[in-house]
Amino acid sequence: MTLALIAALPFLGALLPGLMIRAGRTACATVTGSVTLLALVLLGLQAPAVLRGEVVTTRIEWLPSLGLNANFMLDGLGLLFAGLILGIGLLIILYARFYLAKSDPMGVFYTYLMLFQGAMVGIVLSDNILLLLIFWELTSLSSFLLIGYWKHLPEGRQGARMALAVTGGGGLAMIAGMLILGNIAGSYDLSVILTQKEAIQASDWYLPALILILLGCFTKSAQFPFHFWLPHAMAAPTPVSAYLHSATMVKAGIFLMARMWPVLAGTPEWFWIVTSAGLITMLIGAKIAFFKDDLKALLAFSTVSHLGLITMLLGMGTAKAATVAVFHIINHATFKAALFMSAGIVDHETHTRDLKRLGGLRHLMPVTFTIAGIAALSMAGIPPFNGFLSKELMLEEAAHTALGPAWLVPVLATLAALFSVAYSFRFLAHAFLGPKRDDYPHKPHDPGFGLWAAPALLATLVVLIGLMPMTTAAWLVNAAASAVTGTPQEVYIKHWHGLYSPALWMSLAAIGGGLAMLALFPRLRALWDATPRPEAKAIFDAIVEPLAATARSVTQFLHNGSLTRAIAIGTIAIGATALWAFNGGTHTPGTREMLAITPVTAISWGLLMFATLGVALMHRNRLLSLILIGIIGLIISLGFAWLSAPDLALTQITVEVVTVVFMLLALNFLPKETPRESSPVRRTRDAVIAISAGAGIAALAYAIMTRNFAFPTISAYHLEQSKPGAGGTNAVNTIIVDFRGYDTYGEIIVLGIAALLIYALVEALLKPGPANDALRAMAATRTGFAGDRHPLLMVMATRFILPVAMMIGVFIFLRGHNLPGGGFVAGLVFAIATVMQYMASGLAWTETRQRIDHHALIALGALTAAAAGLGSWLFGAPFLASSFTYVNLWPLEEFELATAAIFDLGVFLCVLGAVLLALNSLSRLARRAGETVSVDPYSVDRPEGGN
Amino acid sequence: MEALIAIAIGTLTASGVYLMLRQRTFPVIIGLTLLSYAVNVFIFAAGRLVPGLPAIIAKDAAGYTDPLPQALVLTAIVISFGMTAVIVLMALGSWLESGHDKVDMDDEKDEQETRA
Repeated sequence: MTLALIAALPFLGALLPGLMIRAGRTACATVTGSVTLLALVLLGLQAPAVLRGEVVTTRIEWLPSLGLNANFMLDGLGLLFAGLILGIGLLIILYARFYLAKSDPMGVFYTYLMLFQGAMVGIVLSDNILLLLIFWELTSLSSFLLIGYWKHLPEGRQGARMALAVTGGGGLAMIAGMLILGNIAGSYDLSVILTQKEAIQASDWYLPALILILLGCFTKSAQFPFHFWLPHAMAAPTPVSAYLHSATMVKAGIFLMARMWPVLAGTPEWFWIVTSAGLITMLIGAKIAFFKDDLKALLAFSTVSHLGLITMLLGMGTAKAATVAVFHIINHATFKAALFMSAGIVDHETHTRDLKRLGGLRHLMPVTFTIAGIAALSMAGIPPFNGFLSKELMLEEAAHTALGPAWLVPVLATLAALFSVAYSFRFLAHAFLGPKRDDYPHKPHDPGFGLWAAPALLATLVVLIGLMPMTTAAWLVNAAASAVTGTPQEVYIKHWHGLYSPALWMSLAAIGGGLAMLALFPRLRALWDATPRPEAKAIFDAIVEPLAATARSVTQFLHNGSLTRAIAIGTIAIGATALWAFNGGTHTPGTREMLAITPVTAISWGLLMFATLGVALMHRNRLLSLILIGIIGLIISLGFAWLSAPDLALTQITVEVVTVVFMLLALNFLPKETPRESSPVRRTRDAVIAISAGAGIAALAYAIMTRNFAFPTISAYHLEQSKPGAGGTNAVNTIIVDFRGYDTYGEIIVLGIAALLIYALVEALLKPGPANDALRAMAATRTGFAGDRHPLLMVMATRFILPVAMMIGVFIFLRGHNLPGGGFVAGLVFAIATVMQYMASGLAWTETRQRIDHHALIALGALTAAAAGLGSWLFGAPFLASSFTYVNLWPLEEFELATAAIFDLGVFLCVLGAVLLALNSLSRLARRAGETVSVDPYSVDRPEGGN
Repeated sequence: MEALIAIAIGTLTASGVYLMLRQRTFPVIIGLTLLSYAVNVFIFAAGRLVPGLPAIIAKDAAGYTDPLPQALVLTAIVISFGMTAVIVLMALGSWLESGHDKVDMDDEKDEQETRA
């Protein structure tokens, strides 16, 4: 469990900074750091076992059917990387606390940082490659957020986008490669895959898998030709550069190559691809770094170069080289993070990172100089620092490696080392040495302890590992190298390899040549500036630009913002898919016996067709189309009644009334005619789409109706259990309030929300603004209405009808469980009865007599339904399980009491409240538009002239 | 009869889709209403057409129709009222706010002249 917890802790920690930032920046950083520290301590507790050679695992089944499990494992390699990620992460949190300006949102920064940290820890602890891929993509996403942290900087945004495009694209390739690998090995668990070397390397799919996985690794670790994104990612705040671009994210590719080393390495393909990519990257990175003026750009390219070095070592495929690679991973992480932080300090204090404007800082910033000096000398490979040790071992390995002519690798490696010396010394000389200047953009001095504590600690490590490698680092290198190679490794790191070691002479040549180059820098610089060279960003843009343009034009074609177009394309797409599916199978005519056509049904059908086509053809007359809609609804409810669906008939006819009333009220404000504006071509096109859609649906409906059920339906269960299980004889009602009560509960909630939405929309329209102005303008221009607004006959009739209508509603409600009816219909009947009062006597008159607020009705309904559901918990039954009993109460007949009735009451209240609130909201608009309000039209229950 | 119902469903769908492709809000709302009729009848018809056998449990019943599609359609009818009401109000709001009742905003230049 511990491993899953270690991976989860940073993610949990990501939630805290946002909360803690209110308590201040120090509190925020402390809390964030404590989470990382806790994860580090948990990791440390596992360390003794891992160092003994055990592999700690945590297995959590997630989607075992897909081979996707949350399996974690911790071996030497995982321990090394997790330690680096969490350890340096802790230092970065400390450093960032003092680095970020007051105006930078620190909570956001730490949240992104913790997300990233969690993703990285996840990668190195994953035992399941699918899980690993998820974390891998998460690092791309979280690093995108971190690189673009300074959103106001265009370079930041571009750099973030480029990093995401390159590493994300590589990640996609890697997904494919990993899936192939998993397929060959027959498992997605790394621990299984790592034992399948022979099977994997013998497979025909080995090379595609290798190339795809390496694409992922090379993009992530900025290997040639994907190295260009890393320098652009330097637009990030320096803590990000120090963390992502020196110690962790760019090492993820390296980590994966090391992780996969036992199964992928050792073949000629691996050797050629990985070694040459690493060698080229090492050389190109080092050369470019030497000529960069920006401190961070110099460090970025030097990172590219050192990553190339590690890649090259892994590519060689020998256990010794892999061990050296592991050692250099540790060394590079320590000195490079320290260098980035030092560069950040220089930037922070002098307000520039331009080497041309710096120099002489040694006098002004002695502490920073010391830290940067140690780290830079280590990077140059000068004894006795740790960079020297791994560089010597690397040169030693390079000396025996033959790639093409025997001299090629040693010479190129020496050349890269030479450049490495040159840029390291240039970093030191041009920033810190030389005379003190008086034109710094900001007067520099050493920062407070908080800012230099983290790099100082790293510099101390650089020295300690350099002086005592066997005590301080060898145990970790052994554990990690054993994990990488799959065989126990014992490293012996020494400072002096003897006069006959080629590494000594290569090293001396590099140092001498490097110093000479620094001396010749102005002349070399002129030469460099004069040589044309490809600009990686321009090439990247040239590739991305047409891709983006294509994507844009596809999107523009499919969805240019026009809703009409989107509907048309959607309809066509559905139709085409259905046609394709239809053509994919064989078809026989249906065998179900058809119903006979009677004159009544034929006439009704004719009327329905007439009305339906009429709406389409005469839709420009809006009032007419509403009347036709009414006819259609009426015939459909008759159809329901005929086809054994009395509940549906009742619901349809009541909803029809409410809908038409609502639309009529709305039409009051809208234009009464739709102008003819589409061209005949457009109308023909739309007609073709519409008729195709209609024909398709008709064919489908016909096909279904002319066949019997292919399988026994679940309805048999509902019919069987309706009476004994739910206590009602109306199976439709028992399904609604009992069997599928949870659905119904959701639906009344949706209905309630819809009504509240309408209320909110009206509220917004009534606020001062264009809509309100439009309504007032209507009020001003409104001329007299024809005739009597509240005819006496209608007023009187509706008042007599009200109690009758309500009684019908109660009746329908009560019988609902056993006979057609129920809460939905009853609610609608009540609503119609009330709406009739609105129409006859006016809204205000009705409202003053209505004591329950509509909002309250909706809330009451939802709560009643919920209470009915929760009530079943009291009896130990699940939510909404109903129970019922029969009661004999003299003088009544025996009747039934069911908890479902309480639920149905909730449905009733919710429907009533929702319908009334919707209609009422619309009439508020009408009042604003000048509809006269008479509180007492023909008021019979108030004294004359009363208020 | 099945053929007639299928044709009715198809006609409702066709009219609904045609109206939803119009450029003004009101026809689109009418179109949506027609389409909900079509969908409701379609789901109902998936329970097959059975006259005279309502799903009311009784001792002497000769058989029952399928109650499940009915239950689904019943709630769907009520919900479609709610949704229609919401879009009617949105259409009304956009007419009052912007002075035109076009569905797409691509030709704003003639928005004022459409105002009645």
